[in-house]
Amino acid sequence: MSTYLIRRLSYMLLILLAASFLIFALYALTPGDFISGNIKLTPERKAELRMIYGLDQPLLDRYLTWMGNALRGDFGISLAQQKPVLTLFQDYIWNSFLLAAVSTFFTWLLAVVIGVLAAYRQYSWFDSLVMVLIFAAMSIPSFFIGLFLIKIFAVDLHWLPPGGMTTTGSNAEGWAYVLEVADHMALPAAVMTLLGLGSLTRYFRSNMIDVIKQDYIRTARAKGLPERKVLFTHALRNALLPAITLVGFELPALFGGSLIIESIFNWPGIGQLYMKSFGLRDYPLLMGFTMFIAVLTVVGTLLSDLLYRIADPRVNL
Amino acid sequence: MEALLDIRELQTHFQTEAGVLRAVDGVSLRVREGETVCIVGESGCGKSMTAMSVLGLVEGPSGKVAGGEVRFGGRDLLRMSRQELRTLRGHELSMIFQEPMSSLNPVLTIGRQIAEPLREHLRLGRKEAMRRAVELIREVGISRPEQIADAYPHELSGGMLQRVMIAIAVSCKPKLLIADEPTTALDVTIQAQILDLLRGLQAKSGMALLLITHDLGVVAEMADYVIVMYAGKVVEEGEVERLFREPRHPYTQGLLRSKPVLGQVREELYSIPGQVPNPLELGAGCAFADRCEFAMDRCRRQEPPLAPVGSDQQAACWLHGKEG
Repeated sequence: MSTYLIRRLSYMLLILLAASFLIFALYALTPGDFISGNIKLTPERKAELRMIYGLDQPLLDRYLTWMGNALRGDFGISLAQQKPVLTLFQDYIWNSFLLAAVSTFFTWLLAVVIGVLAAYRQYSWFDSLVMVLIFAAMSIPSFFIGLFLIKIFAVDLHWLPPGGMTTTGSNAEGWAYVLEVADHMALPAAVMTLLGLGSLTRYFRSNMIDVIKQDYIRTARAKGLPERKVLFTHALRNALLPAITLVGFELPALFGGSLIIESIFNWPGIGQLYMKSFGLRDYPLLMGFTMFIAVLTVVGTLLSDLLYRIADPRVNL
Repeated sequence: MEALLDIRELQTHFQTEAGVLRAVDGVSLRVREGETVCIVGESGCGKSMTAMSVLGLVEGPSGKVAGGEVRFGGRDLLRMSRQELRTLRGHELSMIFQEPMSSLNPVLTIGRQIAEPLREHLRLGRKEAMRRAVELIREVGISRPEQIADAYPHELSGGMLQRVMIAIAVSCKPKLLIADEPTTALDVTIQAQILDLLRGLQAKSGMALLLITHDLGVVAEMADYVIVMYAGKVVEEGEVERLFREPRHPYTQGLLRSKPVLGQVREELYSIPGQVPNPLELGAGCAFADRCEFAMDRCRRQEPPLAPVGSDQQAACWLHGKEG
């Protein structure tokens, strides 16, 4: 186990090192930078600024400087916001995380329940209906469904706010603040859930269909266990096993924010910040963010491997 | 005395694209208390489906029990609610299967899987059920029962897993144990041990055994009474010694001739010519007629009924039927 961990961790370091170089190179080779986009600057001033920011240095030198600072926990200062990149992450990531955590929770809960029931009643009218609705939900683009729901629930019915995370000018505290955020989160969380639900439900349905045919399910029935136990104790645990791989992928998704949904609902999350920074070529922030996602992806993969060991007795690391 | 299990005219059908497949077509059989009855036949003759129908485990929606009666302890299992039948399963009526390797849940411990029916049917508490599970593991002849209770199925051999399956099946002291090819997937030395174990448990508890097999050696060793099935029907049945000595149906005769005999040297083992007919293409006559060396015109026109041929033996063959 410990040799496995040591080996895995050293692989992770190698992968991240390679990823950091790739990320740096890609952003560095993208035409244009924060300075070239500003048309108010004279060429002399631009050259001067480039020297100040170190953009005139060779690529490798710039990478080593960036990497050296990053290893010390310093990802530089956002050019557009003039704040340390990590401070900005602190400000925005938790908003994204809140939205993603709530919608991930509902996505998984609904997907498991609907998937299990649809598999149990395969080819029934319920199953067919679920499959049709899921295809519909998967096919509609998020920007359309988002705007559509805003039109209905916010503009026409005035039930929910159209965007933002709090009401403008609100000073609510305590429970009032929680309720206010929940109110604002309802629509974006619903859209995110709807978008993720389709593929996950299909995934659980097909896993469950495979598991229900197994001999040990027949054994569980022959023992005289109630169907509820057959499905949720014997079948579901086995059907959930392959989904552990997905848990690893959920980690970057939880913190990575959503570019489109956060923009539509004006949610102050990291996805929206990323979009804005991209337009401004705010490379320190962009690189820091991409590196952050890379770290989460690698950690998520390790996490899912460790989870396999806990959940499946046949897995021995 | 009324039989413990009394199956009458059981029909189990599967809806297929090519039509209705009669997997079990009018099977009747009886198992008395404490008795061992063997169902013998080739693959696909409907012997497993007969057992699955008794337990209500036929897989829907394509398959279903279409008719007949299955009386167990005086009650008709086919007319019971699913709930009532469930409380009998694993309790008074239990079953073990052919593949011990895949018949246990890979993510639950052995102890927990044995404890489950105890908790469900006998309402034992968690600790009491686990204690009983360890005892059961010892009773089916596995050493180090405490460790085995905490083990997972992948850590045990096929023979041990079949012992565990037997422990689960007998945990609630059933009146009838149905064993569907319990030794087929195991190697020969283990086969004998498993049969010994079943016999020992039967002698101790007095449960009846309905043993499904294609192996006549198993039949000779275990059975009191034998039922021979062919293409979803019973073609011959009788007390074991009579049936082995004087098989009356040509199919039974063929089966017995195709069994190797120790000490007898033959160039080539006999095999019944032809193949099991496609159950969707059965005509009006005897299903065995095409493979039968004694087949007459009548055999292809009219199906022979199961009729007594001497005491304690019946056969469905025109060779023994009344003339006319």
